[in-house]
Amino acid sequence: MQQLIPTILLLPLLGFLFSGLLGGRLPKTVVGAVASLAVLGAFFGSLYAFGQTGPQPQWTVKVFQWVAVGDFQIDFGLLVDRLSVWMMLIITGIGFLIHVYAIGYMHSDPGFARFFAYLNLFIFFMLLLVMADNYLIMFFGWEGVGLCSYLLIGFWFQNESYGKAARKAFIMNRIGDLGLLIGIFMLFQLFGSLNYQDIFSRLPAMRMAEGALTVVTLLLFIGAIGKSAQIPLYTWLPDAMAGPTPVSALIHAATMVTAGIYLLVRSSLLFQLAPVTLDIVTYVGLATALFAAFIGLRQNDIKKVLAYSTVSQLGLMFLALGVGAYTSAMFHLTTHAFFKALLFLGAGSVIHAMGGEQDIRRMGGLRAALPVTYWTFVAGTLAIIGFPLLSGFFSKDEILAQVFAHSPILWGLALLSSAVTAVYMMRLFFLTFFGDFRGTPEQRGHLHESPAVMTWPLIALAILSVTGGVLQIPAFLAGEKGQWLSHWYQTLPGLAGGHVGHLSHTAEWVLMGTTTLVVLAVMWGSYRAYVIRKKLPLADTQVRGIELWAAQKFYIDELYDAILVRPLEKLSGILYHIADNRVIDGSVNLIGVVMTRLSQFFRLVQNGNTSYYLFGMVLGLILILLLNYVI
Amino acid sequence: MLILPLLGAFVIAVFFRGANARHAALFTALATLATTVGYLVNFTADGSFQWAVDLPWIPQAGIRFKLGFDGIGMLLVGLTNLLLPIIVLSTYDKEYKGGYYALVLIMQTALQGVFTALDGITFYVFWELALIPIYFISATWGGVRRIGVTLKFFIYTFAGSVLMLLSLLYLYGKTPDQSFDWQQLVAVQLNATEAIWVALGFFVAFAIKMPLFPFHTWQPDTYTESPTGGTMLLSGIMLKMGIYGLMRWMLPLVPEAVHLNSIFMALAVTGILYASVIAMRLQDIKRIIAYSSIAHVGLIAAGVLTFETTGMQGALIQMLNHGINVVGLFLISDIIEKRMHTRRLAELGGIARQAPVFAVLFMIIMLGTVAVPFTNGFVGELLLLKGLYAHQLWAAVVAGFTIILCAVYMLRIYQFAMLGEAKEGAPVFADIRGVELWALGVLSVLVIVIGLFPQPILDLTAASVENLIKLK
Repeated sequence: MQQLIPTILLLPLLGFLFSGLLGGRLPKTVVGAVASLAVLGAFFGSLYAFGQTGPQPQWTVKVFQWVAVGDFQIDFGLLVDRLSVWMMLIITGIGFLIHVYAIGYMHSDPGFARFFAYLNLFIFFMLLLVMADNYLIMFFGWEGVGLCSYLLIGFWFQNESYGKAARKAFIMNRIGDLGLLIGIFMLFQLFGSLNYQDIFSRLPAMRMAEGALTVVTLLLFIGAIGKSAQIPLYTWLPDAMAGPTPVSALIHAATMVTAGIYLLVRSSLLFQLAPVTLDIVTYVGLATALFAAFIGLRQNDIKKVLAYSTVSQLGLMFLALGVGAYTSAMFHLTTHAFFKALLFLGAGSVIHAMGGEQDIRRMGGLRAALPVTYWTFVAGTLAIIGFPLLSGFFSKDEILAQVFAHSPILWGLALLSSAVTAVYMMRLFFLTFFGDFRGTPEQRGHLHESPAVMTWPLIALAILSVTGGVLQIPAFLAGEKGQWLSHWYQTLPGLAGGHVGHLSHTAEWVLMGTTTLVVLAVMWGSYRAYVIRKKLPLADTQVRGIELWAAQKFYIDELYDAILVRPLEKLSGILYHIADNRVIDGSVNLIGVVMTRLSQFFRLVQNGNTSYYLFGMVLGLILILLLNYVI
Repeated sequence: MLILPLLGAFVIAVFFRGANARHAALFTALATLATTVGYLVNFTADGSFQWAVDLPWIPQAGIRFKLGFDGIGMLLVGLTNLLLPIIVLSTYDKEYKGGYYALVLIMQTALQGVFTALDGITFYVFWELALIPIYFISATWGGVRRIGVTLKFFIYTFAGSVLMLLSLLYLYGKTPDQSFDWQQLVAVQLNATEAIWVALGFFVAFAIKMPLFPFHTWQPDTYTESPTGGTMLLSGIMLKMGIYGLMRWMLPLVPEAVHLNSIFMALAVTGILYASVIAMRLQDIKRIIAYSSIAHVGLIAAGVLTFETTGMQGALIQMLNHGINVVGLFLISDIIEKRMHTRRLAELGGIARQAPVFAVLFMIIMLGTVAVPFTNGFVGELLLLKGLYAHQLWAAVVAGFTIILCAVYMLRIYQFAMLGEAKEGAPVFADIRGVELWALGVLSVLVIVIGLFPQPILDLTAASVENLIKLK
């Protein structure tokens, strides 16, 4: 294990160097294969580590000492425990499928090798994020994935608006990162170490003020808000859809954006001692879940709908964390990774077939032309809306039950958000695959099912999305044995108390029945609206009232522009033209001018007339004598 | 090591013309670098001053010619001698005469002298000696407005130096046996009022040199008008004289005025925000880099002013990093200007597609400047902010905004210059090769290597920093 753990990390890094340095000169198949194999190798390594990580053993590897200044000593150390190995499986497993898919999706792109280099680099940083054994090395991965996200959003950099979206993502992430960094400093100040094990083992012995812990956890949460696209730092994620679709699937749905969840779960022992922060997490999560879902209702770009859905689902996970249901959040993180990756890749397959079209108003009836994509999309859609027995059903149901145990009102709102999710997903699904084809004739002629290299990953993800629920079947259905994920996490400090609420079996039945009914009702309603009545979304100019607000994303971007960006730009101009050039430089120059004038005056005195000099001397002498006398 | 460049300068000035002068200058710079590496290998980082030179100069006035290397001096001499070959390389395709290279090499000697002087007057003489060549370089080979701009620069920094000299003289007057020796000056005790004035004298001199807000207004014009080689000397190495001055001369000599540090720190931190916000909207790449340098130097100075281990160590490694990154950035701006005949962002675009190698190296240098983990800039900013955090929370939070704002203006340069489509009628951008590739390549490798393994550099200066802090 001591060799294996660094190797897992090294493989994608080597893949990055290979594609980055040699990729341009090699055939695309070689580059794609090497990049995918690097991730597959990391997956098998993680699988082996998964088998070796029992209830207690956790593996730590110190690679080298990165920095030591006084008592500030940071090792480049890795930790594999049950939490990180689970994340490693998701990252490398789904990562591998998406690599394979991308071989097909990107086959005609001139930047093929660059693309795979970035993807491998991303896998490296993401693994580092979850495998680090201390907060600072975790921060390496944290910023690294942000960098890859920037590079990949702006992958087609000739397009100026894509470049802008990339910049926006990087900067918004950095806002969160500043919070996280200060949080890290504060952790060091409180605990004298940044190592997870040190911090968590010192925690019980420390009788520290709740205030300090509240501030620390809030700072960590600010970092999570940026990375996981929560209110108020969520607006970068929908724009991030400018990147190629495999990137949206891997980075902006399945893995990177869940880093915030991972951070909170990793720090759960801290958060449990900070109830104020947990409340804030709850409300931010819930608000994001609702708000993003409502925006999703009126989006017509297939990837934008999925992006808002991601924001909303992440909100749901934060809601779970806020009520202390860590295992449920991890469960939903896992199933969400399955079905959201699937949905994005399916959307990619649709876009591929439509020759780059992303507007669902110009799709329709694609069922026949794209059978594999269609059926796998069915699985993904049903999983995300929580159709009974699919993966999303179990994971969402568990969160809802936990929230209900916490507060029925919150439960009601969370249920509303998942109902809205079902509405926009069914809308998306029916508009894309049912009804008449609404695209151009050329697009109709171009329609084709994607090649096998793209459909096989879809099928694999569809199987996972359908069956993923077996990881954690509610206890009242299958007894304690069904709760596999809970058992898996039971030995992790902080996660053991995953189930806070205890509901009676009847209550759980009623809750599950209610959500099922809501989902079925939405499905029926959408079917009637979009399939039987063939309702179509309005053109942009016809939208009115609240719908217009939703379609325009509630003008949040415009708001940020008006209250932050433009004032700052204005300030920049004022500082440069007035403060810098006039006031500060002006006073400096004024001194120069005064000096010149004075020198002109003194030059008059030095006129070469000796009698003046003598007069001056005598005057000076008298003055000195006088002053001597006076003093 | 110190004399080598000076000898080279004379030889070049007297014997070489045209391309030969260039080669001779490069040879001298590389030989000096090799010597430096030799010294570095034999260096023991125990905080003592090694290879000391101590000759009587003007014994009647207690002035000696005294030099010595401790870890701090070694680091900065290393930085100087590392950057010099790159600065020489950067002008390889220009038709500069031998005189240019002679001046550059004289400058190299002067800078090394500044970083190793252990006598007040020796320090002052080298300090002024460094100013003269750069004045002539900028005033002779600079841009259109060079004469007025460099004159202002000269007078401004010279005025600062005089204040420093006054402070040195005052301390000298207080030494028991009338000596300018560093140790003797350190030992002088001042009362509160004296300390304030002496500290102010030093601070203003050093603040002008770096420059710190609000003493910075000479800098953007000078950086923009100087030839790129001159700008590199100014920003890469010369501004470190100011920071070094705070570290070796102001803080240890007048620890009695330590309470002023929070005011100085406030200026430094204000400057970070001030310069970053200005850099956000400018059009001229060189000017943006100039303002970004004010911001970065502000952070380094704030770290020094904590007068504590982490802040000082962060400042030292960041001095090295800033030297590497800023020279890289000015080189990049020069490469762009040579090909596109403009530095205005609005007139650039689409370079990345035409020059992929250049795009990658620019990206690496940019990431180092933005301080992304695994680059050198991150090590420095992390330690600086950590040091500030432990010292004054508010300063760390305000200074922390640099990690957001720096990303804003650096990514803006990268996007407008490199990404997007080329403008109508813009010249074709040939990818870099030869000397340009070597110069930028070496810098990029350093960015990553230092980011990965910063500890040897920190070890080099650790003991010396502890020695300085003991003087608090």
